[in-house]
Amino acid sequence: MKITLITSILLAGILTNNMVLSKFLGICPFLGVSTKVKTALSMSIAVTLVMVISSAVTWPINYYILKQEYNYLQTIVFILVIAAIVQLIEIFLKKYIPPIYKALGIYLPLITTNCAVLGITLLNVQNEYGFVPSLVNALAAGLGFMLAMVLFAGVRERLETADIPVFLKGLPITLIAAALVSLSFLGFAGIGG
Amino acid sequence: MFGDIIFPVIVVAIIGLVAGLGLALAAKFMAVPVDEKQEKIRECLPGANCGGCGYSGCDGYAEAVAKGEAEPNKCAPGGSAVAEQLAEILGVTVDTTPKVAFIKCKGNRELTVSKYGYEGMMSCSAANLLYGGPLSCEYGCIGFGDCYKACPFDAIKMVDNKPVICENICVGCGKCVATCPKSVIELIPKGAKIKVSCNNKKKGAPVVKNCKASCIACGMCEKACENGAIKVTDNLAVIDYDLCTACGKCKDACKRNVII
Repeated sequence: MKITLITSILLAGILTNNMVLSKFLGICPFLGVSTKVKTALSMSIAVTLVMVISSAVTWPINYYILKQEYNYLQTIVFILVIAAIVQLIEIFLKKYIPPIYKALGIYLPLITTNCAVLGITLLNVQNEYGFVPSLVNALAAGLGFMLAMVLFAGVRERLETADIPVFLKGLPITLIAAALVSLSFLGFAGIGG
Repeated sequence: MFGDIIFPVIVVAIIGLVAGLGLALAAKFMAVPVDEKQEKIRECLPGANCGGCGYSGCDGYAEAVAKGEAEPNKCAPGGSAVAEQLAEILGVTVDTTPKVAFIKCKGNRELTVSKYGYEGMMSCSAANLLYGGPLSCEYGCIGFGDCYKACPFDAIKMVDNKPVICENICVGCGKCVATCPKSVIELIPKGAKIKVSCNNKKKGAPVVKNCKASCIACGMCEKACENGAIKVTDNLAVIDYDLCTACGKCKDACKRNVII
């Protein structure tokens, strides 16, 4: 029972309800940091990390402090908490794990107010997930984000060498490509959840 | 009243306070000491991040200089002014002669004999892969402008398939030197009056046949020079700028008009 729930959350998070390509959250890093596969990967690892940790922190806050009564406070409280956590992670990494800080450091401040991170914590509450399913959902959303980023970075690396009409060069062709990638993910609709 | 307004205010205030205090404590206890020298050095650097110094960018170079791993005169865009500032911070003296890039080749489509008709990618490194390029001199400039594309300061212009370096703009970062597949570009002291504009390391008849503007290693310049500043090494005249007084005698002695 539990395992089926977890697999369905994972499948839904990565493919069906993909954070970027189906829910359209976190579009700014999706378009901004996806020029190279390597940076896309670093960014998505940072996002996944922050998503899981902030889910772990916001869930108890919502469950024990806000409850049903004050659920209108979710947005502001979650933003506050996530911003603080990201800063904390940054300071922690800088001090204790400098190599990871060097690899992810510049992406962490970008995530502070990322809508995908806020989105996943709010969705956890909306779907009335327990603590563990919340974490799984956050992990799945992070992996889904990573999949979308890496796929799209691959597409963009190819676009660099492609012969594109002048009026479509740059952002226009990127948006068209993003739309096509998103459309292809529509094929997963209905799987897993 | 209490439940509707005051409680939410207290909750948000407390969470904010806890987060703020947590961050303040973290910043205090997990602070990473940054070398003061490094920050000072970084402030002096121009911030072009050109990579001419051989480090990842101005930050990387500042770190290396602060640790004593790099010389303070490597910053080409900053030139002697920055080098002096850095030397002052470090308390050392440095050699601050500014350098500029110079193309050691006079050859072009007319002066140099063509080897074959090239119709490939217009890039020196691509052409170089095909029997060393379309010109018969295997040491000379190919003229497809790889250096022109590499220059971060727009100091190189292409005139009649030949790169021309604008000495006033060139900061001597050395990007073109690294890019040129023929290694025909060299960094020389800025304002040098005497230059050898040939890179051909062969001598005699084949060199004369291949290019009208080539050094044939006759050694006339070496004999003409009173200071021993010009030497023929590897069949090519090379100037030692520390000894050269720019008297111009080698220039007059050169039958091939290679010394300019």
